[in-house]
Amino acid sequence: MSKIRDQLVWNRLLAIVEEQAQTLMRTAFSAVVREAGDLSAGVFDTKGAMLAQAVTGTPGHVNAMAASVGKFLARYPLVDLAPGDVLLTNDPWDGTGHLNDFTVVTPVFRNERPVALFAATSHIADVGGRGFGPDGGEVFEEGLRVPIMKLFDKGELDDSLMRLVVANVRDPVVAEGDLYSLTACNRNGGAQLLKAMRDFDLDQLDDVGQWIIDTSRSAMRDEIRGLPDGVYRREMAVDGYDEPVEVSCSLTIAGDRIDIDFAGSSGLSAFGINVPSNYTEAYASFGVRCVLGNDIPNNAGSLEPINVRAPAGSILNAEPPAAVSARHALGQMLPDVVLGCLDQAIPGVAPAEGASCIWNPVLRNLATAGGNFTNAPFVINPIFNGGTGARATKDGLSTTAFPSGVRTTPTEVNEVTAPLIIQRREYRPGSGGAGKYRGGLGQTIEIAHAEGAPFVISKMFERIRHPARGRRGGDSGAPGRVYIKGGEELRGKGQDVVPRGATLVMETPGGGGTGSVGERDLAAKARDEEAGLL
Amino acid sequence: MADRLAVDIGGTFTDVVLETADRPVTTKVLTTHAEPADGVMVGVAQVLERAGTNADAVGVVLHGTTLATNALIERRGAKTVLVTTEGHRDVLEMAFENRFEQYDLNIDRPQPLVPRRWRLTVPERMNAAGEVLTPLDSAAVTQLVPRLVEEGIESVAVGFLHGYANPAHEHLVRDVLGTALPAASITLASDVCPEIREFERFSTACANAYVKPLMSRYLADLRDRLNAFGVRCPFLMMTSGGGLCSVETAREFPIRLVESGPAGGAILAARIAAELELPRVVSLDMGGTTAKICLIDDGEPLLSRSFEVDRSYRFRKGSGLPVRIPVVEMVEIGAGGGSLASVDRLGRIQVGPQSAGSEPGPACYGRGGRHATVTDADVVLDRLDPTRFAGGTLHLNVDAARDVVEVDVAGPWGGAQGDVYEAANAVAEVVDENMAAAARAHAAEWGKEIASRTLIAFGGAAPIHAANIADKLELDAVLVPPAAGVGSAVGFLAAPVSYEVVRSRYLRLSAFDQSVLDEVMADMRAEAEAVVGPVAQGELSEIRRAYMRYVGQGFEIAVPAEVGTAEGLRSAFDAAYEQLYGRLIPGLDVEVLSWTLTLLAGSKGTRVHGSSSNARARTSTAAPGNDSRIARQDLPEGNPVVGPVAIVEDQTTTVVPAGFEARVDGYGNVILRRQP
Repeated sequence: MSKIRDQLVWNRLLAIVEEQAQTLMRTAFSAVVREAGDLSAGVFDTKGAMLAQAVTGTPGHVNAMAASVGKFLARYPLVDLAPGDVLLTNDPWDGTGHLNDFTVVTPVFRNERPVALFAATSHIADVGGRGFGPDGGEVFEEGLRVPIMKLFDKGELDDSLMRLVVANVRDPVVAEGDLYSLTACNRNGGAQLLKAMRDFDLDQLDDVGQWIIDTSRSAMRDEIRGLPDGVYRREMAVDGYDEPVEVSCSLTIAGDRIDIDFAGSSGLSAFGINVPSNYTEAYASFGVRCVLGNDIPNNAGSLEPINVRAPAGSILNAEPPAAVSARHALGQMLPDVVLGCLDQAIPGVAPAEGASCIWNPVLRNLATAGGNFTNAPFVINPIFNGGTGARATKDGLSTTAFPSGVRTTPTEVNEVTAPLIIQRREYRPGSGGAGKYRGGLGQTIEIAHAEGAPFVISKMFERIRHPARGRRGGDSGAPGRVYIKGGEELRGKGQDVVPRGATLVMETPGGGGTGSVGERDLAAKARDEEAGLL
Repeated sequence: MADRLAVDIGGTFTDVVLETADRPVTTKVLTTHAEPADGVMVGVAQVLERAGTNADAVGVVLHGTTLATNALIERRGAKTVLVTTEGHRDVLEMAFENRFEQYDLNIDRPQPLVPRRWRLTVPERMNAAGEVLTPLDSAAVTQLVPRLVEEGIESVAVGFLHGYANPAHEHLVRDVLGTALPAASITLASDVCPEIREFERFSTACANAYVKPLMSRYLADLRDRLNAFGVRCPFLMMTSGGGLCSVETAREFPIRLVESGPAGGAILAARIAAELELPRVVSLDMGGTTAKICLIDDGEPLLSRSFEVDRSYRFRKGSGLPVRIPVVEMVEIGAGGGSLASVDRLGRIQVGPQSAGSEPGPACYGRGGRHATVTDADVVLDRLDPTRFAGGTLHLNVDAARDVVEVDVAGPWGGAQGDVYEAANAVAEVVDENMAAAARAHAAEWGKEIASRTLIAFGGAAPIHAANIADKLELDAVLVPPAAGVGSAVGFLAAPVSYEVVRSRYLRLSAFDQSVLDEVMADMRAEAEAVVGPVAQGELSEIRRAYMRYVGQGFEIAVPAEVGTAEGLRSAFDAAYEQLYGRLIPGLDVEVLSWTLTLLAGSKGTRVHGSSSNARARTSTAAPGNDSRIARQDLPEGNPVVGPVAIVEDQTTTVVPAGFEARVDGYGNVILRRQP
């Protein structure tokens, strides 16, 4: 029975981490976690190798969190930990790439011996400093930085740490609530694991864990071995903050491994769009994993054959004290580059480039609005998406997050939370890149203050100057735009004030097309025309 | 007491149960998809004849149907338009802007029921407080009319932003179009689902509009035909919430009927739980394609307000159309007798969600199935009697089952020298673990314990797998009711007349306003009474719930709101939150987003069980088998039989593994317990 038992334990671990993620989502306070799913959850062996990870969540956390538990163990060796201990960090280089992400790690004990660790990460809306946005010059400006520390010591809350966190953030209720919520989801995961170990009569997880990792690694290697060896290159220019950023990628398939090297990419930016290496690894490896072995669960084994490098000091391997708050803007572009390489090795699988970077403006009141406005303080961070690239044999998806795994927030909820009126939020006809298969459409969003008061927008948008390119003769998607209705064009990054009485307009980018438009099926073209999508 | 007639139209069979003073009479006839009333009338005639009674003896008809669900899944509904707020034409299609599966680049989002060209916008706008920002010009609505006529539109959904807060503009559209297009059905989002979150509200309204003409025609037709046949009694519909409502209500809100069949099954299990005083129960309804699991506490099934129709991608959450209606909360997974078993390239055995269905069905049916299914594995494991399956009407081909399990599973899996028996056992283990995992996750999601519940198993495949699942879940006992094959229809007989009303009315406990609460409750009570009053008998009772969360959170939890004071609501919230999530958060304010009121008329208290002699008389008359099998009607009363043994009846087989014993109780239930 041991052969089938091992498989059943694996299935159980996958179910447990899914439940852990659901608990986190349902109890979270940050809107981006609870409505949008900006989170991750997983279980690790006693050496810090990831055994299973929830599919709920977003890839930028997932793979970065996989690497972070080892760093927790380097700081707090397992022998020094006791039941009831809960560890915490939001360090961009030890966690998942920016200060807003808090990672909580909880060891699990059976018969007084450590058997596993649970980790969970969620995005907390505000961590002080300048606020979430790319305008900082150093990480010190971006908010409170908590190194790897104990949040709970043998079940006792470290009140000093909690008070320090609460004192340094703009929305203490959310921060405190979310730290409890992270702690709770790990605790639930641990309880479920102990129950599973009783059910399957296991004293430790090491053997079955090793089998999970070995099985996944070897399946991933088999998959890579089936690909033609070679070095595949792809370049992509993106908007950057003040100047374009070059992303240069070479992907080497050699036998049963894949090496991704970002040598030749731009150097550090003076602003907070730099990416720590853990986040670069996360999205680059996701670009591979969504094409290769995508039925193999994510764990230390399936991730191992993919090796990601970026030169030290480049924008994709930023070191402290670089500013990294908006690292997602560039990180989320990486799968497009990786898929551009893989398309040369395995034609007919990779989609065209898409909008890729989520458009998630921070909208808040202007403290110095003046006038007779109520000017109630508010801050929201809604998520809007552009179109995905046309797939190899299908149109792209309109207004859909990729590679990010987040969901959007309803207009009605945004309007209950903030004194804003979202006057328009609908498809942006003509924005999908033409082709045999059309790119997904972007959307047009128009937002005004309910009282006509001025308000602030902080932007981390991409693909305004560098649209998503088509594949195999497909057209590019429409570039994004952000502007004041009937007024000036705004830049894609940084803060601006939307003046009194004005309407802010955002047009998210469309996805690129695949194949030449002349080959498009006539019925598909007619359907698009009838629906008014062109 | 007059006889009661229950009719459940399912995808393959229409089940009819006539409950007479002394015994229930049941039949199963094929569903007639073109004219579903045809099948119903055949079944009704059969049970009346078998019971030796007349149409006029029937005092009430209780009816549930999967027609609305099928119309949604097959996209066979009415030509429907959505009239919505200018600037927000694509809410229905943009949905949550997410992918329900991260690692598959080729997923497709669910097709909206109303295509873009039929999503029409008019200038109008409310804010979140329900104040008019842009008045609706009725001329703009009138201008739509020629287009609707030209396109032959049969049904209109109206959904405006913040229409839950102020439905005045939606009412105006109804007035204008109702006059201009008297033949069209009209559904207002603010009637069908007056809750914040525009996508789910519009989705619900469109689904209702989409099936309304079809269901309205069908229900009118069925009533006429029953009348013509001499059945002139009141006629009630089973809803997905597990209650009964009038045909008029059903015609107005047919979306509330979508899950009525499975709800009937859960109600059956709930009634058994109540009768046998089983405080904590989990029901398992396992058929050919899926398994449905429901938690039942103190005789009440778990209820919720969200459901997805047509989860088209491996039953994955997010791959269907969301509807916000009162539902008996169930988890459904792709695990049934027809689920296909295979070995993936990691050497893991996978079962489902693909299914061989009933056509061609498992290989052992000998009807062209060429791939291993759960039923084939069960045959290899000798759990089914090949000569007595489906009352002996289908002879199972054991060699075919062994062959497919060998080729599809044992070979690629490479167990102990490709042992077919071990492979079949592994298939059963995997599917049982899948169901156990789903039950466990479901319980955890709702903050409930799963251990020590009684498992009530019905549906053709459930009693085969129930004991092993019970073992995995640390359950005390398994109960297999008689006539499990028509469980849903029997459940209808146990359902109360009831109706749930919802309102979104924001209230912060720190700024509690009694008048808001009183007003919203009175308003809901009036609406519910108008629905329930005319068809209910006896006293009415109310269930009030508040949907609450900490200020700043995104998900509300259902909280009993019987004590309608700030303190009462707070302590009810604390209790519910702690049960769900294990820990309260100190010092935070709490808010209410929505309220529901359910008005119930006590059901007539009819037992779902017949007398034990009747229950047993209806089972198979097959000859006694060898030592490891026993016909259900031959089970000795009193003394238990000890596993391993299989208890065989027409529509299912109950597997009693080693370590379990089985006995029959006074109601004809088979009860399995772990041996002391």
